[in-house]
Amino acid sequence: MKLMTCPINGPRVISEFAYGGEVRSMPDPEKADDAAWADYVFNHNSLPAVKAEWWCHTPSGVWFIAERDTATDTILRTSLYAIWRGQGQAVS
Amino acid sequence: MFARHDRLKSSYDIVIIGGGGHGLAAAYYLARDHGIRDIAVLEKSYLGSGNTGRNTTIIRSNYLTPEGVQFYDESLRLWRDLSQDFDLNLFYSTRGHFTLAHTDAAMRTMRWRAEVNKHYGIASEAVDSQAVREAMPMMDITCGGHAPVLGALYHAPGAIARHDAVAWGYGRGADRRGAEIHQHTEVVAIELEDRGSGPCVAAVITNRGRIATRKVLCAVAGHTPRLLAMVGLRSPIYVHPLQAMVSEPIKPWLDPIVVSASLHVYVSQSARGELVMGASLDPYELHSSRSTLDFAESLAGHMLELFPFLSDVKVNRQWAGMADMTPDFAPIMGLTPVGGFYVDSGWGTWGFKATPVCGKTMSHTVASNEAHPLIRGFSFDRFARYALTGEKGAASVGH
Ligand SMILES: Cc1cc2nc3c(=O)[nH]c(=O)nc-3n(C[C@H](O)[C@H](O)[C@H](O)COP(=O)(O)OP(=O)(O)OC[C@H]3O[C@@H](n4cnc5c(N)ncnc54)[C@H](O)[C@@H]3O)c2cc1C
Repeated sequence: MKLMTCPINGPRVISEFAYGGEVRSMPDPEKADDAAWADYVFNHNSLPAVKAEWWCHTPSGVWFIAERDTATDTILRTSLYAIWRGQGQAVS
Repeated sequence: MFARHDRLKSSYDIVIIGGGGHGLAAAYYLARDHGIRDIAVLEKSYLGSGNTGRNTTIIRSNYLTPEGVQFYDESLRLWRDLSQDFDLNLFYSTRGHFTLAHTDAAMRTMRWRAEVNKHYGIASEAVDSQAVREAMPMMDITCGGHAPVLGALYHAPGAIARHDAVAWGYGRGADRRGAEIHQHTEVVAIELEDRGSGPCVAAVITNRGRIATRKVLCAVAGHTPRLLAMVGLRSPIYVHPLQAMVSEPIKPWLDPIVVSASLHVYVSQSARGELVMGASLDPYELHSSRSTLDFAESLAGHMLELFPFLSDVKVNRQWAGMADMTPDFAPIMGLTPVGGFYVDSGWGTWGFKATPVCGKTMSHTVASNEAHPLIRGFSFDRFARYALTGEKGAASVGH
């Protein structure tokens, strides 16, 4: 069984978690032109890499950040968003 | 089966990246219908090593959008005479295809799909549970009492075929007409130049050297984002694994192909008697074809809800492929903002059935530098124009 560590609930089987996609910053909807907005809405960075991603522990509803290698499915680190941001992580 | 070419030439009119069914079919139709023979197909591993050789081979045309229905119907037509065309047995076997409905809402969708299909002259009909029972007496029509089958969408032309033979047939046909197939040849970079009208393809760099060319067709399924990055393009494609598994061979008992979106199961019985089974897409991004126990366990559980008598049957193998998914479940095909760079991608979990028509339409597109009419709804720039195609008929279960 593959495990993931929820920052609140500890290690749990991966089937208890929902994937929320890569962490990205939203362009200002007032200022972004149609092309920039379409790029944000539709396009993905789908290259294998270590990515910061949103995940949710569904039984408890805890959303958090997991840093995961999408080439090997290795989970490197999980942390609550505030803590992750506090460590000066840039949102790409 | 193919000529072996010891070295790559320094240039080709057209380079096709990816020796799966799609790339090989395009090479075949370019040579056969357009008289272009100076073609290299580059495959980083062996022919059919990608999703072509990993798929569960379901062929059907009962989609939901007019674009989709017409496109897949043309593919079905092309499929039927391929064995003769290739002089190779593709084991193309028309079985009939049931998409089960376990709720009133699903039954409504089946009627809707049947009407769209009939409008385009495709044999689909909504049938009741009695018809399902008659076609598959071995099924527990109540699914253990908690998800009773109310009816189904029945699509008589639904079929299966031998996947490797499709790659080999197209490969041999292209090879005989002069196209070169180079296995174990990986594209690692693409050179662009500006000849006055923006960036254009100039050459591809491989592990075996540089090839000058002005036209590149990229047909690499789950590797598409990596190739797009080589020419500086972004796309909505996201890559998740799709898994499948096969049982030990047993006596023939299941003639049709059965799909249940609610139970996340689809299954057919191969000519060798194996049950070929699949479920839905893995739930998160991964660029790897690993298998999981979770998948085998949950699929086996759902199979037993439909067919409890299989409880003693063993699973022989499981595997996965990397599916190139799009937000509207329609492919991304045709020209791109980079001159001479054409894509046949976004085929996700359902592109095997489209192999012939993709080869046909992409060969036309590459030869004429103009998108074939059948693929205009699938263009690369539809997302930037907010004009999605919305192929829900493909969405529910992976195939
Ligand atoms: C488990 C599973 C079940 C499926 N079931 C069905 C089904 O029932 N019905 C259906 O219609 N579809 C199904 N599909 C989808 C279908 O398999 C694919 O859409 C289709 O086979 C794609 O064919 P292709 O030729 O485009 O890609 P592929 O067969 O994947 O070929 C692409 C090739 O490109 C090569 N390549 C990649 N990068 C490079 C590079 N840099 N240089 C050189 N070569 C490179 C790869 O090695 C690969 O061989 C399924 C897929 C999977 C994974």
